[in-house]
Amino acid sequence: MTSSAEAIVTLREVGREYPGRVTALRDIDLDIYRGELVAIVGPSGSGKTTMLNVMGTLDRPSAGQVLIDGFDIAELSDRELSALRASRIGFVFQHFHLAAGVSVLDNVADGLLYAGTGLRERRERAEAALQRVGLGRRLTHRPHALSGGEKQRTAIARAVVCEPALLLADEPTGALDSQSGEGVMRLLLDLNEIGTTIVVITHEHMVASQLPRQVSMLDGRVVGDRTAVGL
Amino acid sequence: MLRLAAYGLRARPLRVVLSALGIAIGIAAMVAVVGTSTSSRAKLDRQLAALGTNLLTVAPGQTLFGEKATLPDQSVAMISRVGPVESVAAIGQLPDAKVYRTNKIPAPQSGGIGTYAVRTDLLNTVGGTVASGTWLNAATAQYPAVVLGAATAEHLGITAASANMQIWLGGRWFTVVGILDPVPLAPELDLGALIGWPAAQRYLGLDADITTVYTRTDPDTVEAVRELLARTANPAQPNEVDVSRPSDALAAQAAAETTFTGLLLGLGAVALLVGGIGVANTMVISVLERRAEIGLRRSLGATRRHIRIQFLTESLLLSVLGGGAGILLGAGATAGYATLQDWPTVVPTWVMAGGITATLIIGGVAGLYPAIRAARVSPTEALAAT
Repeated sequence: MTSSAEAIVTLREVGREYPGRVTALRDIDLDIYRGELVAIVGPSGSGKTTMLNVMGTLDRPSAGQVLIDGFDIAELSDRELSALRASRIGFVFQHFHLAAGVSVLDNVADGLLYAGTGLRERRERAEAALQRVGLGRRLTHRPHALSGGEKQRTAIARAVVCEPALLLADEPTGALDSQSGEGVMRLLLDLNEIGTTIVVITHEHMVASQLPRQVSMLDGRVVGDRTAVGL
Repeated sequence: MLRLAAYGLRARPLRVVLSALGIAIGIAAMVAVVGTSTSSRAKLDRQLAALGTNLLTVAPGQTLFGEKATLPDQSVAMISRVGPVESVAAIGQLPDAKVYRTNKIPAPQSGGIGTYAVRTDLLNTVGGTVASGTWLNAATAQYPAVVLGAATAEHLGITAASANMQIWLGGRWFTVVGILDPVPLAPELDLGALIGWPAAQRYLGLDADITTVYTRTDPDTVEAVRELLARTANPAQPNEVDVSRPSDALAAQAAAETTFTGLLLGLGAVALLVGGIGVANTMVISVLERRAEIGLRRSLGATRRHIRIQFLTESLLLSVLGGGAGILLGAGATAGYATLQDWPTVVPTWVMAGGITATLIIGGVAGLYPAIRAARVSPTEALAAT
């Protein structure tokens, strides 16, 4: 969080338009530095999800420049972007998106499936990740046997198993009750403490206020960027 | 990738079964059709091998005037002098010696049974076997003893030969000393009553004309001998002689079946096509349902190619499951039917290999479009929070 830290995400005059003249992002300038814990907050329709998609290379901007971990997105092919996502970026979604008939361990191991790691190593690292999120005893369970909070923790484990430079979470507590939600936020704070850069998209100011930096969005623009002192 | 495909299928077992069923039925039908026809052909081949294909039948045809011709008396001797000929046996029909069960039956009801005077080496030559009693020998050929063909015995209601069993033949009693099994190579004998040549002369006062000569030759020279037999049997009028090879008739049966087999194979292919459509349908629906999974995998770093391969592999696996089940079903049906018909069970490897190849092709083609569709799913749309 110091100015000498390198930027993991750099957005320069980024815009994103969809057919039918829908402008999801307008003129975004944003830097996110290594080790930061950032909330992107705003009402629905403010462009937060599009922002996450662009940061996560799931979507290309219509205008402007995007740099992720030093790579210029415009110069990378689709295959190279996929490789970037496989090794440098982790995602956590509101609705978990776990594979139904598959054990928790294998769900997390899938996080390394496209990174070229062998089966045994994938499972070993998955087990370590699950220990880190506190689910070491649920390795063989299937997702339907888990509570909402446990499912999200599994999804987080899957996101961090490849030790990504950037973790992007889209409304991670949106589908959870307040207690599980708190647990998940605590986990994210812990992960950030050991050095993971985390960006959390949320529409809840309660959630956003727990994070040291809050970027506010409205109608596709960044309208505020507050770094709380002493948090 | 195979593991991934297997997981994908395991999620919906009933759907997998129903989709694979179409292919299974198509393949099973094709395997069963080819299997049963091959098995029946194998049975026929065994039969022919046991009976031998080297039997030639020489019979008088018709004269130029359309009358029934006869073979000259020396024909037997002449034929046996042909080098490759191994054995010769002649029979002479006795059209006036009618056969009845007892002497109380009115004359016209002779039941279509033919009486033949035969030599004792006939049975060996035509490859016949005795069902009950014994064949004629040098002694019984001189006495009023008769051996009945299988159909004759059934006709007359006689089930076993014995010293007490007698029939009314040519106006006198003959003892039934033997009953034959059906003779595949000389079916005319099945509806025959066979008596020794000397007996015919002595008791019926008939000197039979030779009506058919059976001859076995060296198997390698059958066709060559066949050419000469007409001239050998009746040098004066070779065109009045008919030479035939009875095993040809049996072989012809097999040939007739091939057209039928072809038709059934065609039907099986249609079933296979329909099965393939079923697989394609399943895969298309699967892709639609799993948009979120596709979006997730893209976020985990899967390329479009990874997604394509995943769904294509699933489609192939689905088809192979159907194909494998189909082969087992088809082979099982073949085994069951063949055993019922007393044939050996033969399922040619080529049909099984062909079946697997066909399923792989069908699976590949059926899964191609869905796989391409899957790869084109936009991750952002797929993952949009509902």
